[in-house]
Formats: sequence, C-alpha cells, structure tokens
Amino acid sequence: MVRCFLIHTICPVSNLGPGESRILYSRVFGPNEATFSAQHRGLSPEEKRLLQKEKVAVVARQVQSAVCLSREASGRPLMESVPGEEALALQEADSGAMRLRAGEPFSEEMSALWLGVQSLAFTLVCEAHENLLLAEGTLRNLSRHCLEQLHMLGQGSEVLLKSDRVDALLGRVLPHGQLLFLNHRFAQGLEKEVAAYASK
Amino acid sequence: MYSQGSESLIRQARDIEESELQKFYSRLIKVLKVKEHGHETVDSLQRLHLILSANKYSRQLPAELQKKVSSLLSSPVEQLQVLSSAVLRESSLGLEYNQKNFSPLNSHAAALLLSQVDSRTDLSSYCTQLLRNLENRQSEGLSLTHTLPILNSVITHSPDCLTEDHVTFLSKKFVDWLRYASITQGGGASSGGFFTGPRSRQPPPITELDGTVSGDFFTVLCVGQGFTEDQWMNVYSFSMLRHWLLTYHSVSNGNSTVDTVSRLQHSLSHSFSNDDRSEVDGSVVSMVSATSSSSRLLPPKERLREKAFQYCQRLIEQCDRKAHKKTDTDLQKACLVEAVCVLDCVCSEDTSLVYRTFPYIKALFGRLSSDLSFARVLLPVAQFYLNHGEVAAVDCDVVWKLVFGRFPAELFNDNFLAHELLRFLRLNLDSLKFRVPQYTHFFPNLLKMLAWNSPALVDEFVDLMPSLVTAGTAVELLHTLLDLPCLSATLVLQLRAASLPIAEAGARGLVPLEAFRNPSFRGLFLFLLRTEAGTGDTIDRLSTLHELLAEAADWPRVVRCAQIVPVMLHVFFNAVIKVADEQLLAHLILVILERSSLLLNIPSYSKEIHRVFSCHLLNLCKLHPSLVVDQSHELLEFAGTTTNVYNKEEIYTHVVWVLGEYLSVSCDSRCSVNLITSCFEALEAVLFEITSSTPPSGGSCPAPRVITTLMSAMAKLASRSHDLIPRVSLFLSKLRTVTRGGSVAWCADEEDLVSIVTRGEELWSLLKTPGVAQSVLTPPSYITEPRWHRDTNMAMPLRLRLLTHLTHSQ
Repeated sequence: MVRCFLIHTICPVSNLGPGESRILYSRVFGPNEATFSAQHRGLSPEEKRLLQKEKVAVVARQVQSAVCLSREASGRPLMESVPGEEALALQEADSGAMRLRAGEPFSEEMSALWLGVQSLAFTLVCEAHENLLLAEGTLRNLSRHCLEQLHMLGQGSEVLLKSDRVDALLGRVLPHGQLLFLNHRFAQGLEKEVAAYASK
Repeated sequence: MYSQGSESLIRQARDIEESELQKFYSRLIKVLKVKEHGHETVDSLQRLHLILSANKYSRQLPAELQKKVSSLLSSPVEQLQVLSSAVLRESSLGLEYNQKNFSPLNSHAAALLLSQVDSRTDLSSYCTQLLRNLENRQSEGLSLTHTLPILNSVITHSPDCLTEDHVTFLSKKFVDWLRYASITQGGGASSGGFFTGPRSRQPPPITELDGTVSGDFFTVLCVGQGFTEDQWMNVYSFSMLRHWLLTYHSVSNGNSTVDTVSRLQHSLSHSFSNDDRSEVDGSVVSMVSATSSSSRLLPPKERLREKAFQYCQRLIEQCDRKAHKKTDTDLQKACLVEAVCVLDCVCSEDTSLVYRTFPYIKALFGRLSSDLSFARVLLPVAQFYLNHGEVAAVDCDVVWKLVFGRFPAELFNDNFLAHELLRFLRLNLDSLKFRVPQYTHFFPNLLKMLAWNSPALVDEFVDLMPSLVTAGTAVELLHTLLDLPCLSATLVLQLRAASLPIAEAGARGLVPLEAFRNPSFRGLFLFLLRTEAGTGDTIDRLSTLHELLAEAADWPRVVRCAQIVPVMLHVFFNAVIKVADEQLLAHLILVILERSSLLLNIPSYSKEIHRVFSCHLLNLCKLHPSLVVDQSHELLEFAGTTTNVYNKEEIYTHVVWVLGEYLSVSCDSRCSVNLITSCFEALEAVLFEITSSTPPSGGSCPAPRVITTLMSAMAKLASRSHDLIPRVSLFLSKLRTVTRGGSVAWCADEEDLVSIVTRGEELWSLLKTPGVAQSVLTPPSYITEPRWHRDTNMAMPLRLRLLTHLTHSQ
C-alpha cells in the first residue's frame, strides 16, 4: 500500500533554509502509525499528529536532496514548460526511487518514488514490497492530473486553495492508498469522474 | 511553478491573527447554517483547510463549527464530503470513533475515521464492521470497492485484527471476485436505439487488450465500454491479492494456538456451503482451469491458491497480446511482475504447485530475457528461480548471468532497476550465499550502479558490501573501491561515446573522451568496465589512467562518487577482518602503502582516503601485532622516505606509530635487535633531515605531530634496545640547544615548538632511567590491556583495596 503522497518544492524558497522543502500538499493514508508503536504509546493526539507531519517533512527533505543530486550529476539544463505542455514536462521530469530504512522515518522500511518536475516534486511513499512498476505508473498518472487540473505549470496557487481536487483524485486513482491495476478503459472512466468533479 | 504568491499565501495562513481567525470562524458558522451550500461554502472551507494544514500545530475549532463541519461528512455533495473530511483530518483531535455519527458512511468519511483511530481495539472493531459490510452486500453506504482497500489498510497496520473465521470468509470472497466476474461489458455499453432489436441490447462481451473478444474469465487486462461492479471488485481484489496472501499466511501462523482440528472442520464445512458463486449464471468455464482438478472440493485457502494460480497464468498469457495503448503496455509489465510475485507466494505455501508453475516461468524467462526493456519484470522471475529452482531441480545459471551480468553492465543508469536489484540482493543475501556463491564475483559489475548513482545507493551498498568481501575477492575489491571515481568517469564516457558521433564538435577537445576512444588505452578502460572479478587485482598503468582522467576530477558525478568511497572503505575494512587470515591482511597493508600515492587526483580525495587507511592500518596492527614484524621491510621503506612526511602526513604518522609500538619482542618473538636498530636508524635519519633543513621549496613545515610521533617511536625503540639510548638523548639535547634561539625553519608556530621541546625533554628524562622507560614506553600487555590507568573508577578502588590489604595484614 501507499503510505503517503506529497507535492513539495525542490527549489530554494526565500523563507526557508537551504535543503528545506515547502510541502504544498500531503496526504497520509491509513491510521497514524504512532498509534501502534510501543515507543510512542504515551503521546497525546496532538503530539502524534506533529510526529506524522515531521515524518512527511523528512521525506520531503530527503527527496529534495535526491532530486538536486540527480540533476547535478546528469548536468542537463532544466527545461521550462508553460501551461499546456504538461505531457512534455512529465516526459522531461527526473525520476528515481529511494530507500527509507526502517525507523527513518517510518517504522518499517519504505520505498519513496519521486518525480521532479521543474521546481516541484511529486512523491509517493510505498511499502517496500510494493509493485514499483505499478507505483511508478500511478505516480505519473497522478502527477499529470495534478499538473493539468491545478494548472501547476503556471503561476497560480490552486494547489493550495483547491487541494480538495487532489483529494478527490486520490480517492479514485489511489483509494485509501491502494495501488490499482487499471487498464486504459478503467482509467478513462475515473478520469471522467475526476474531470466532472473539477468542473463543479 | 512555485510562485511568490503561493509563498505569501502560506505565510498569511500561518500568521493569521487570532481575532481575525475567530471572525472567520463565526462567518463560516453562519454560512454553514444555510441549507443550500453554494460557492461561498466551498470557498470558505478551502480557506479553512489551508489555514489548518499550513500550521505545524493544530488549531482547535469552536465546538459549533466542528459539529457543523462534521455534519457535512454525510452530505450528498461529494465536494463537501471531501472538504469536511480534509478539515477534520487537520483539526479534530480525539474525534469520537463511532461509525453511527457518519451514517451513511461514504469513502471520504471512512478514510477520516481510519486516520483518527486511536487504539488497536478501535481498529479491530472497525475491521469487524468492514467485514460485515462485505458480508451484507449493502447497497447503501460504503461501496464494496472502497471497503476492500480500507480493509487492506487496516490489516497492514494490524494483521492481528483478523480471526481465522475472517480469513476463511475473505478467502472465499476473493475466489468469487477473482474468478467469477461477469464477462459482458458493463453499463452504458449499448444504448439500445430505435433501430436496434432486442438481440443487440444484450451487452457485448468483454475484449482483450488487442481488441479480440475475450474467451476466458475476466481479469484486469480485459476491456469494455463500461464495467460492472463485480468487474471493479475483480480489479480491487487482484490489486490486493498478494498482500492478502502474505497476510493470511502470517495470521494463520500466528494463531496456531487455536485448535487445529476445529479450524479444519470449520473451514471444510464452509467450503461445502453454497455461499459462493461458482454455480451462478454468467460464470465461464476457463480454458485454464478446465484442465485442473476440481478445485471446488478444496478448503478455502487452498482454493484461493488454486484460483490465484489460474488468474496469474491467464494474465501471463494475456501479456503476450499487443496492446493498442502505451499505458496498457506498461500495465502489462506491472501485471507480469505481480503475477510472478503471486505465483511465488502460492508456491512458497504449497510446494506441489512449483511443478505446475515452473513451465510458465521458464517460458516467460525465455521470451523476455533477450529484451532488456523487461529487466524489471525479470527480477521477480529471478526471485522465483532462487526460491524454487532447487525444488524443481532447474538450472539457474543463465538467470544469474543475466541479472548479475547484463543488467548492471547495460542498465547501470536505470534508477528504478538499481533500486529493485539491490533490494533483491539485500533481501536474499543468505540464500544467494548458499545457492549462488558466484555472485560475489560480479562485484565489479554491481559497483557500476554505485559509481553511477552514488548518493542514492550508498545506503544499499553499506548493507551489501560485507557480503561481497571474501578472502578471494578482498584485494581486488579494495583496488576497485579506490578506483570507483575512475569507474564513474568511465561510465560517463561510455554513454557519451555512444551518444556523440566522433565528428561532432562537443566530442572533440575532451581529453578523457579521446582517450576512451583511443585503441592504445582501450585495455585500461576495459579493465574498469569488466563484469566479473578474477582477471587481476589491478592494472600496471594505473597512473596513466589517472592522468587520462584528470579532467574528469570535477565532474559532479565523479566528485559525488569520490565522497562515498571513504564510507565504503570503512565498511570494507570492518568486514575484511572477519574473513581474512594474516597473510591476506599483510597483503592489504601492502596495498594500503602502495595505493596511498596512487589515487585519482580529486581535491581532498587523497586526504580522506589516507585518513581511512590510517584508521584501519592501526586497527589491523592492533589485532595482529605480528603483522608489523612481517611487513617491517615495506613499512620501514615507507617510514624512511622523507617526502611522505609532507604529502602523506596522516598515514605517515600512523606507520611510524605502529613501528614504534609493535616492533617489539613482546609482540613477535622474531623481532631481533638488528631489526629494531635498523628501524631506529631509518626514523632517526628522517627526523634529522626534517629538523635540520628548511622544508622543500614552496612546501609547508612538517606537522608537529609527525615530529613528536617520530621522537616517541625512537624513544620506544631505544627503551627496548638500551644501546640506542645515548643516540636518542644526544638528538634530544641537540634539539633543546637548537631551539633555545626561539625560532627554527622547520616549525613556524612558536607554541608548537614549545610543545615539541617539552615532549623531547620528557622522553629524555624518562630514558635516563632505562628500567622506568621500558615499563612506561613498552609496558607488558597485562598492564595496558585492561587500561586500568585510564579508568579512574577502576584504578582508585584497586589502589585503595591494595592499601587496605597492606595495612590490615600488618
């Protein structure tokens, strides 16, 4: 299963220190894992929530440095795309997988898949035994929808104000964190629903 | 993409004044009181969500607002469900766990409930509710399709929520969903227009990805205009099948205290009940299952295994079809991975299935092995061979040649493959050691992935490295690690040479690229790019190679690679002391000395490597002091070379220290007076040279630590061979005289000079009483080993006890 999906910055942000990342959207699936760990049993709900937020932030920072290192190594100049060129932007995106050891930060080992599109990254944290080919396809699909529907290649802030669209998208393509084997017909059906949701 | 506007929006959400927030809350309550929710409600909820989620700490909503928002969870408008659950996820702490509050339960509310679960007990009762939901086939409330993934999430976090009854029930359900979904297209397929007769109103059959009509049961690779609910359940159930097989396995193992007999009876009685749909109209006799024995008589778990087997078999066949869409081609690959993994699962539980499965796996391997675009599919295939090859007595060599040979050699730059391949290795280390011992010989190949993508993979290799270190590979592995930055540069060149035509402008002028293409240097690069170990530890013309690659020293990839080499070396040395005998360790010391001056010239690289070398040289000698006598010739040669003082300060200091410390009869009886004397003379010559002349032109002064280490080492040697004492004393007295003037050419810092002289004086006075000097400078091991003198807690009681004993006995 997928543990969380996030959209975050990988470019320097004026108010943040180097190496820090601004999380624009994050969704953790399932119960808070602190509820089941002996180590965190005594925590208050507020502390558990905070712990979960910090875990997500750790992932964002690690992905940010992974993307930067990968870009530095490849030496390719960064392509600038404008709204309407979502497919091209995705094609040009850097991507990779990263191992998150048990306890760093989740209690079990996880794999983080990331897709770096210009100054933003889309990241999927899934259980280590997951089918990563399927996860990668799902991540690309999710990213494409987000880019298109929230006009993310432009200057707007829709990802912040219309995050419910991402929620609705996840509810269909990745329900409760479950990766689905969807052929193009199933996917088309869902896409119609997603588009209908966004047009409201 | 990320604009200043977004940043300021986040700041606003964070810095909002309390009074303003309260105003916003009360306005929102008013808005929510209106029956019809319009654009304003949506907009306000979106803003509220941003305010709540932008903050690290949660804000408590007013009780009335929380109540209003909660009531939206069961609104018929999806957007309001989504927004209210998002707001509550961010704000409500200690939300009462009660499904009745959210009736009818929709998917978004169900997700919210799950995220707020606060104990295992809550989760257990949630699990029971979900299962009841599945059982009742409720049409209202949470749809079946959404129940399944929530259930999967629950059992991921807490598999012990499941009882044996649950397992039986779900296993039967899985069989239904997987195997007996409708084979006609779902809703909206044909509209039944005016001219269409009743015949054409019959829904058309589902088709395969290549457009042909499907002749067998429904799978995730079947398409139609629309889908029925049971077809959706088929997709969901296959998507979580593997996890289910893994989980129920652990559940039934964990609950072994349950009376097995009753469990068996129970499951048998269930399997004979009529609560499954195998006889319901619309099922189809499968081409696949027609050949198998009547699985209806099997208990539920075995039956599920059988059906899973058939499903995967059909999927593998379906992947042969040419899909029209690129996304479907990708899906086929993902399905192959899943199918092979599921087959692996069922075969692990029931070995009798291995014989039936292997022909399919073999055929799959035969079909895909020549096409590297299927590499990631072939990894689970390799896993299958590893797990079951022995049972089926299948020859796996060709599989390993592909996985350890061609994959890293040709696909080292595929991030995902590297991630998966290394995980495969890590998870299977034990069985690989046992079944594929030759895998360690592929280390030059495996390291290509590390050389290419060092920062991302260093973590994996920290875990893998110890398994690659064997007595047979150690020396070659050490050389390879030291030249890892060269390998990194060579891989870059290899790709560039392939992509840039020789005539192109970008290709000219790059010395390394021209060298890479030059036939006379071909051998050097081919050695670096070798796939297997065993052709030789290293090459003669290493310095030539380093010169050719000098320009690559500032390539980002090469620099990053160089940064991780020290880490890998630490792991290497820590592992090698566990497998190596003294002869091998002696060889490694030689490599350390030799390679300390033979490294690719990357700023600070040599320094870092010298630091690692020093640390482990010390370690090796501490573990096996007789190594110093063994290798005294080479160590002396190194210590006697004055230039090493200046350009290898770190390692030089340590070599001198080990000579002084371990060249002693107490460490090795072969240590003769002659040996001690010749060592003394070598050190004396160097010390004399560096303290009597100015440093080589342009160079800096020798480090004070080198000088004091040399003095101490000489004093130690003299304490073991008293004839040498006058020579040390003479030197030390001269040193005092020379420095009385205040400044010398070989030491720029006055404080350093004072420290050096003080140390000299201490040694000198010690040596005046040779007996004391020996006990201090060469103490017997029983004194140094427990290190009493360093541990005040241990030393004081010991002394007190001794004194008490003496006074009482009198």
